[in-house]
Amino acid sequence: MHLLEASHITKQYDGRTIIRDICIHLDKGELVSLLGISGSGKTTLFQILSGLVSPEEGKVLLNGEEVTGIPGKISYMFQKDLLLPHKKIIDNVTLPLVLKGKKKKEARQEAAPLFPVFGLEGTEYMYPAQISGGMRQRAAFLRTYLSATEAALLDEPFSALDMITKGQMHEWYLDIMQKINLSTLLITHDIDEAILLSDRIYLLTGSPGIIENELKIDRPRSDRSGFELTDEFLEYKRRIMGALK
Amino acid sequence: MKEKSGNITAKLPAAVALLIIVALWELACVTGAIPSYMLPSPVSVIKAFITDFPNLCYHASISLQEAAYGLLIGVALAFCMAGLMDRFSILNRAFSPIMIITQTIPTIAIAPVLVLWMGFGMAPKITLVVITTFFPITVGLLEGYQSIDADYMNLMRSMNATRMQIFRHVKFPAALPYFFSGLRISASYAVVGAVISEWLGGFEGLGVYMTRVRKAYAFDKMFAVIFLIVVISLLLMWLVNVLKNVTMPWAKVQRGA
Repeated sequence: MHLLEASHITKQYDGRTIIRDICIHLDKGELVSLLGISGSGKTTLFQILSGLVSPEEGKVLLNGEEVTGIPGKISYMFQKDLLLPHKKIIDNVTLPLVLKGKKKKEARQEAAPLFPVFGLEGTEYMYPAQISGGMRQRAAFLRTYLSATEAALLDEPFSALDMITKGQMHEWYLDIMQKINLSTLLITHDIDEAILLSDRIYLLTGSPGIIENELKIDRPRSDRSGFELTDEFLEYKRRIMGALK
Repeated sequence: MKEKSGNITAKLPAAVALLIIVALWELACVTGAIPSYMLPSPVSVIKAFITDFPNLCYHASISLQEAAYGLLIGVALAFCMAGLMDRFSILNRAFSPIMIITQTIPTIAIAPVLVLWMGFGMAPKITLVVITTFFPITVGLLEGYQSIDADYMNLMRSMNATRMQIFRHVKFPAALPYFFSGLRISASYAVVGAVISEWLGGFEGLGVYMTRVRKAYAFDKMFAVIFLIVVISLLLMWLVNVLKNVTMPWAKVQRGA
């Protein structure tokens, strides 16, 4: 049984099919990317997986249990950091805990030890406007982590960052995934990012979007530094570019 | 209003311009270019303000009470109305046009009717203030509630937030800046509204006093009343700003301190 499984998902808007017959899965501890050009329905698929939108056909299963159309089971991190400007960072990241009924003070105590782990020490009592874009995205990631769901969906979380910050964030991300074990499904349109970060990659193509191909990255995630400069990496990239054509 | 940290150089041009206008006015009166029965000189207005101060204070306290009660009720009503209109879009569509129409009715036209209905006490004054202050705040709050990016709503829903939680953590804080812009306008409307309704009937208050001194041709005293109304309105607007800075500590940070 897979941790998260989407089987035969089809979704239409106004008679137009956005995605057709999508079958993907995510196992515990895995980092899987969903790579596709814009307009291939990546975000629609994520909205379905997170329960925000119901599909016309198909089912979403979490640990074998159907969760189609039920939000709150899988956490969802968006392209924008979506930190609330009026809350201090610590209150932003503990929002999922507070929403579940935890006292503000307890929630803060629970989150405090995680700030150094996420490279956010010192920002606890600052407002989002006071920290950098990279840090805001890390805070959004910590908030996703504190949702404490079994799986997380990340929707192009690094795409709004500049190149250098993005590179740093990739390294940071690989590093943090060693420390915390979060099963993650990542949407991206950045081929390098997908190869660098994932265990497996699904290629989503066309309009309506269908799963074209599945690719396994054999190099272990713990051994990815300098990976993007190897021939092995280029070979993966060649295969993906060929498939996306 | 300008930044509170406001440096003096930024405010200097305004202060100088004001001084020049007052000086020209004084000069026009002293030289006799404008006869004193038409326009009292600034100095005589200040004199009247000082000698008449106890009287002014008494009447101001009445008008301020009316303004404050009216404003409080107006704000409370606005919160209810905006909340309902945000929650039920049918109410929004039903009441938005009516609210706009009621705003085009001149205050001065309904004031006598209110006096007719409610007598010469405080009730018609407070009602008029409620009517004038309610609208800007409702519109502000509603705009604030609806300014939320759809992604924030998706985020909250993905965290399984209830409607109340979304309101408390996202909508209400986002509406605060809109609320305070509405409140600042309403606060100055409130004083003017109270004074206008006092013109048309009553026993005490700045409006009543103004009518009385005008009929006595004591124009210096009348201008002293006007001066006081200006001061009160400015003080209220300042107070709203203080309140805003206290309730929205993040706003200062965002302006890029």
